[in-house]
Amino acid sequence: MRPSVRSIALIDCNNFYVSCERVFRLDLNNQPVIVLSNNDGCVVSRSNEVKALGIKMGVPLFKIRDQVQQHNVQVFSSNYVLYADMSNRVMAILREYAPLQEVYSIDESFLDMTGIHDIGQRAQAMRERVLRETGIPVCVGIGSSKTLAKLANFVAKRHPKSQGVFNFNMLTTRQAESVFSNVPVEEVWGIGRQLTKALDAIGIQTVQQLRTADIASLRKRFGVAMEKTVRELRGEACIELEEATPAKQQIINSRSFGQSVTEIEDLQDALAHFVSNAAHKLRAQQSCAALLQVFIMTDRFRDDQSQYCPSVAVPLPVPTASSTTLQGYAVSALAAMFRPGYRYKKAGVILSEICPETLHQGDMFAGAPEDPALMLALDQINARFGKGTLKLSQDGSRRSWQMRQERKSPEYTTNWHELPFCR
Amino acid sequence: MTHPIPYLPGEVPLTLFGGAVCAGFPSPAADYAQSKIDLHAHLLLNENASYLFRVRGESMTGIGIYDGDTLIVDRSITPAHNQIVLAVIDDEFTVKRLYRRGQDVRLIAENTAFAPITLKDGQEMTIWGVVTFNLHRLLNV
Repeated sequence: MRPSVRSIALIDCNNFYVSCERVFRLDLNNQPVIVLSNNDGCVVSRSNEVKALGIKMGVPLFKIRDQVQQHNVQVFSSNYVLYADMSNRVMAILREYAPLQEVYSIDESFLDMTGIHDIGQRAQAMRERVLRETGIPVCVGIGSSKTLAKLANFVAKRHPKSQGVFNFNMLTTRQAESVFSNVPVEEVWGIGRQLTKALDAIGIQTVQQLRTADIASLRKRFGVAMEKTVRELRGEACIELEEATPAKQQIINSRSFGQSVTEIEDLQDALAHFVSNAAHKLRAQQSCAALLQVFIMTDRFRDDQSQYCPSVAVPLPVPTASSTTLQGYAVSALAAMFRPGYRYKKAGVILSEICPETLHQGDMFAGAPEDPALMLALDQINARFGKGTLKLSQDGSRRSWQMRQERKSPEYTTNWHELPFCR
Repeated sequence: MTHPIPYLPGEVPLTLFGGAVCAGFPSPAADYAQSKIDLHAHLLLNENASYLFRVRGESMTGIGIYDGDTLIVDRSITPAHNQIVLAVIDDEFTVKRLYRRGQDVRLIAENTAFAPITLKDGQEMTIWGVVTFNLHRLLNV
């Protein structure tokens, strides 16, 4: 018996951050809108009007100042609190449409819709429901593998005729091949700029050329990941949906500062904040870390300033997830490497050697065991009254290192004091 | 107190009893304790489609919606005649009663000082969502 064809869908939110801003600002519809990365650096989301102006993804704001002014482009700082809440709503709605979901990123989700009747209609209904309930437009791509689903989504976005849904499984071989011949390889999931160049060198430019190429020689040249990609493009599902994200083996929390800092107190303050965030993530996945790394950096783009980028690794005597314990070590590490006279632009912490909290061995030389109830209370209070309500005294009180977010919109959906108004 | 106290999901200290409460003896009521009333579930008919809005102005005082009140707006409900809706006119959010009879569509204020809104030529109206509850604070107002 032939196994039934898999139907894997990829749902991708259109211009997600811009779309989130538009939900509560209807005056932004049909206006050119961009959202900037952390510290208001680069363009990370663009409305279609902005794409039409030729403004590229990732370009720094200072390079497009003239265009922004000339076309009255509306500029926003990232409002991740809003985007995360809107993302959670979208993902929760999508979950109702299939037995299996993998949330792939803040604005993308895979669904396994194999065996579901009227997939086209269901996909259309799903789109309409997400739009109605959240105001976020999405496109749906469907294929018999994740790679094909991704590619189908690309086609759905490009072709208005598809009405936001494109399904490779509905095409004849001939029709599918014609689509593959018209899409360049760089649009394939997992094929980056380097691979595109390398493939071009051996005469492979279109998806059709890639999927009909000889697998053995491609594997020899590019490795097993490429083999999987080609098999997936041929319709063979090689990459399964991952329902739960596996516990992270490394947790990094770092950020560039809005402006450079010179005082050790500012760095202490920032590191304490990063440690709190990282430790919170650690506790959320019920893990402990055995290694803490702390680093501070000067601005590597400033040739005119002297550079200093030290890092200290602190092996922890007992694996821990306690904010207080980790902060103590981070402060000592900073004291050991800090040198005055530099302008520091970035700092961060990395937690690694991560193990489940139930697994670690006691240490006969360790002091009194930590009180997990304290950290539990900390997390519960912050979950209830908002992030940052209760924190250790060191954490983020100086603020001189904080992100630049000059054009951030209100936290419309999560903050009692920033709700939208109506008359 | 200028701001209402946030209503927080999952932590509602109200207990619904299935039987009469007796005093004095080892509480017989304990056996009847039901699950707590979940205001979150009660107020958010469709959680993923519910949003909160703050009211400004007096246009709806006739039905007890006052300046500073908080409305729960549900986008999953199909707007119908006579419902209280959150509409968008000239890119501004407005809360009004929806009057819809055939081609005749109006937004009606619940305050005689405000005239009903009918669409002028070129004016667009979007119904953003349907208002399901008004959270009106009575203590220390």
